[in-house]
Amino acid sequence: MAAAAAAGPSPGSGPGDSPEGPEGEAPERRRKAHGMLKLYYGLSEGEAAGRPAGPDPLDPTDLNGAHFDPEVYLDKLRRECPLAQLMDSETDMVRQIRALDSDMQTLVYENYNKFISATGVHALLRKLQFLFELPSRLTKCVELGAYGQAVRYQGRAQAVLQQYQHLPSFRAIQDDCQVITARLAQQLRQRFREGGSGAPEQAECVELLLALGEPAEELCEEFLAHARGRLEKELRSLEAELGPSPPAPDVLEFTDHGGSGFVGGLCQVAAAYQELFAAQGPAGAEKLAAFARELGSRYFALVERRLAQEQGGGDNSLLVRALDRFHRRLRAPGALLAAAGLADAATEIVERVARERLGHHLQGLRAAFLGCLTDVRQALAAPRVAGKEGPGLAELLANVASSILSHIKASLAAVHLFTAKEVSFSNKPYFRGEFCSQGVREGLIVGFIHSMCQTAQSFCDSPGEKGGATPPALLLLLSRLCLDYETATISYILTLTDEQFLVQDQFPVTPVSTLCAEARETARRLLTHYVKVQGLVISQMLRKSVETRDWLSTLEPRNVRAVMKRVVEDTTAIDVQVGLLYEEGVRKAQSSDSSKRTFSVYSSSRQQGRYAPSYTPSAPMDTNLLSNIQKLFSERIDVFSPVEFNKVSVLTGIIKISLKTLLECVRLRTFGRFGLQQVQVDCHFLQLYLWRFVADEELVHLLLDEVVASAALRCPDPVPMEPSVVEVICERG
Amino acid sequence: MEDDAPVIYGLEFQARALTPQTAETDAIRFLVGTQSLKYDNQIHIIDFDDENNIINKNVLLHQAGEIWHISASPADRGVLATCYNRTSDSKVLTCAAVWRMPKELESGSHESPDDSSSTAQTLELLCHLDNTAHGNMACVVWEPMGDGKKIISLADNHILLWDSQESSSQAVLASSASLEGKGQLKFTSGRWSPHHNCTQVATANDTTLRGWDTRSMSQIYCIENAHGQLVRDLDFNPNKQYYLASCGDDCKVKFWDTRNVTEPVKTLEEHSHWVWNVRYNHSHDQLVLTGSSDSRVILSNMVSISSEPFGHLVDDDDISDQEDHRSEEKSKEPLQDNVIATYEEHEDSVYAVDWSSADPWLFASLSYDGRLVINRVPRALKYHILL
Repeated sequence: MAAAAAAGPSPGSGPGDSPEGPEGEAPERRRKAHGMLKLYYGLSEGEAAGRPAGPDPLDPTDLNGAHFDPEVYLDKLRRECPLAQLMDSETDMVRQIRALDSDMQTLVYENYNKFISATGVHALLRKLQFLFELPSRLTKCVELGAYGQAVRYQGRAQAVLQQYQHLPSFRAIQDDCQVITARLAQQLRQRFREGGSGAPEQAECVELLLALGEPAEELCEEFLAHARGRLEKELRSLEAELGPSPPAPDVLEFTDHGGSGFVGGLCQVAAAYQELFAAQGPAGAEKLAAFARELGSRYFALVERRLAQEQGGGDNSLLVRALDRFHRRLRAPGALLAAAGLADAATEIVERVARERLGHHLQGLRAAFLGCLTDVRQALAAPRVAGKEGPGLAELLANVASSILSHIKASLAAVHLFTAKEVSFSNKPYFRGEFCSQGVREGLIVGFIHSMCQTAQSFCDSPGEKGGATPPALLLLLSRLCLDYETATISYILTLTDEQFLVQDQFPVTPVSTLCAEARETARRLLTHYVKVQGLVISQMLRKSVETRDWLSTLEPRNVRAVMKRVVEDTTAIDVQVGLLYEEGVRKAQSSDSSKRTFSVYSSSRQQGRYAPSYTPSAPMDTNLLSNIQKLFSERIDVFSPVEFNKVSVLTGIIKISLKTLLECVRLRTFGRFGLQQVQVDCHFLQLYLWRFVADEELVHLLLDEVVASAALRCPDPVPMEPSVVEVICERG
Repeated sequence: MEDDAPVIYGLEFQARALTPQTAETDAIRFLVGTQSLKYDNQIHIIDFDDENNIINKNVLLHQAGEIWHISASPADRGVLATCYNRTSDSKVLTCAAVWRMPKELESGSHESPDDSSSTAQTLELLCHLDNTAHGNMACVVWEPMGDGKKIISLADNHILLWDSQESSSQAVLASSASLEGKGQLKFTSGRWSPHHNCTQVATANDTTLRGWDTRSMSQIYCIENAHGQLVRDLDFNPNKQYYLASCGDDCKVKFWDTRNVTEPVKTLEEHSHWVWNVRYNHSHDQLVLTGSSDSRVILSNMVSISSEPFGHLVDDDDISDQEDHRSEEKSKEPLQDNVIATYEEHEDSVYAVDWSSADPWLFASLSYDGRLVINRVPRALKYHILL
């Protein structure tokens, strides 16, 4: 229409000299318009020449002439016409212009379809031309390597060629094109196979090949095969980083490499694949998923191997950061490759690592506990420098307790990193629930307390009979440690844990009370074992002293035997030792002068007056009966009765065991008169010093009474020593 | 099912030695030896009348000395052996001798106790087991199931095998072996195994258990540190040839398979003081009796290591009652080792316990103060085992 618009002013500027009536002039004007159109299309010459004669065609003043010159025409009008005529002619011209305009419009309307089809034909011609040129263009494109252009040309032509292939000329073109296209496809494939030029270019090749109508399935396979090659290379380089020979990069670096190399590559492949092979539908998606799964699992295997190397390390922060990167990186393809489940698998790995770390920390805590015990053993075994005491038991206990507690806190802090908000996996259900409750609270903390109790109890099970005897002080210390755990430490640790790891899930957890009960039971067993061990030590001294002596031919006692002094010394030492860790305990109120009480000589004092003649008439009297009567009034002594957590109870237990041993040993010997007297002296000495250690001094008295009574029974000639003499000897020491 | 009350009998002297009258399989009869340094010692023959729940006793004088150990011949009801102390020149020596009781007392007597005490009869000495060269006799054990001719005695560190001849009037030392080693080695206890044709004897010294072959008098096995402290006693499982039980000052009772001497099969720790005696029931070896100086007697059910770990085995001729047995087996399924009962009738250390040779459900225990207690296996358990 630009041409028509440009032509507009010139026809409309000179209608003035054809004053015909509206009726007669219509065909004439139509012809005129035709003529102008023809003129425009460059056909004017021939046709204008063939027109019937009219005004001189060369007249520049002819409004309808080809050589009309407006200046000349106006000049002529101004020179020749009067004003009135000029005015008329202007009015006339305006009218003519208007008419002409509307004619033009009508004409355009009437011929619109013709215009359009004329344009279509034009385009068709161009297309035809394109088709004819196609083979050469394609060849050129292929030569230049402009594969994209070539494929576009081919794409444009293909349908037409297909449609008109029954026409020989088109057929020829099509054949040519097919040959060229085949070559093109071959070159593309070549390029594709050579690979190496990176994922985007490969994707381009595939795209072009697809556009060429190559079979998508095959391409899909090949595409994935190439991608596999590239990704495997990444995996190999990762594996090389694992290798023992070059110093392996730290785990963070490793996961970074893996993330950018492998995972990044996989993402690109996946994205390109989804774009290229979207048409493949679910089958294609499944293929990609399988691909990703397979390579992903190999990647995970490598990552796990690398992570396994971290197991020994103590520092969680780097590991958690690495895991975070690893996990975060896989979330993107996770969305893309939901079917492959890579994100889930990654989460699983992270969970597994977290579990392993918990196990590692539990081991660490156990080792720390054992380390503490070793330290205590060493401190206890260290030779005492004269005048300079080593660290006291209380101090050792405090060291152990604080060391364990700080280890626990450090472990808690280390595993707490797994649940930090900024870590990408911390919002996973495992880390919000199970990790906190079952992992940290139950597995780590409760597990450690269990294992601590078990370790401590194991010292009771091997009661020093097969070597590796546990020093009694260690038993005592452990017992106190467990008791402290029962009273305070356990609930403190668990509160601390629960605060740090807001446990929200429904898993049942071990209640504090259960743990406390376990700790208390452990403490009780340890203390009981301590009593047995110490009791045994003193028992052995007493036993040997009774067994190795010839009691029949012993001399009249002048002194307390040295072993008795040793017994008192050792008991005092034990009392001090227990006092360092345990409270005094309750003592049965007793007259204050009991230490001064004269030790009653059983056999002599009881033989008078208390004998009941009606008891057994058939047998000769025996002191045994008196002993039986005596027992009616005293309770049975449980030699190994449950120990309470205080010093007095512990000492009572040890002394009971020792004196019972003395009793049993005495009953196996036979004593001469002086032998009996020696026993009298020894027992009085023990009475003097041991009463202060026990809860109920009556007990010591009773047991010693029985020892002397038994000795008297085992003496064919029981003449006891005067109590005053016994006292003198004992006071002499 | 109410259980019968224990029957208690009091001796006037201290006592440590107790044995059933081994050759007697009908009447329930125990022999108890006393310990007195001042008076004549006695052997009490305790007859238990199961139906009337009363005790009849006969007292024999044992004037040779206080009795530390007593054992009855498995072949002759009237023959027994004692280990006793003889004090002379301010030296104490423990000797051993074989005795015969008066004929009329062999099968018990139903005289009233008062009469018998007035006319105490004396044991007839058959022979001494001469130990002058070997030291103190710790115990004498008869060859079980034998003819009463072979006797083993333990003297200090010697194990002596005697052949008694001519109605036991003479005992000839057939062979012997000795423990060699550091320190004073001393046997504390020994038992003759009823298995392997009675060719094995086990002994205890200090914390060690040893097995001996009586034919060669050589050691066949040795369980070192069987207990943490002194081993006081041991006994063979009458039905499982490699099993034996031991007890000691570590308050434990341990069960051993002598083919594996490194670990006990089972350990019990129920007593609170030294365990002096352990005895398997002669018929039902899951029943184990222990006596301790904590004054308690404990009856344990060690069914898991017994010869009947799945309860009573059904005899073949009972097939007609299969259905019944099946239902019973179901009810018996959970068989676990446990303490059946703790007997607290004693007030002094219990140094001896033993089962009756006539009634497998009855046992006696003896404490130092001379108290003999006769108890029975709880009825419920008895029927559980039998049915």
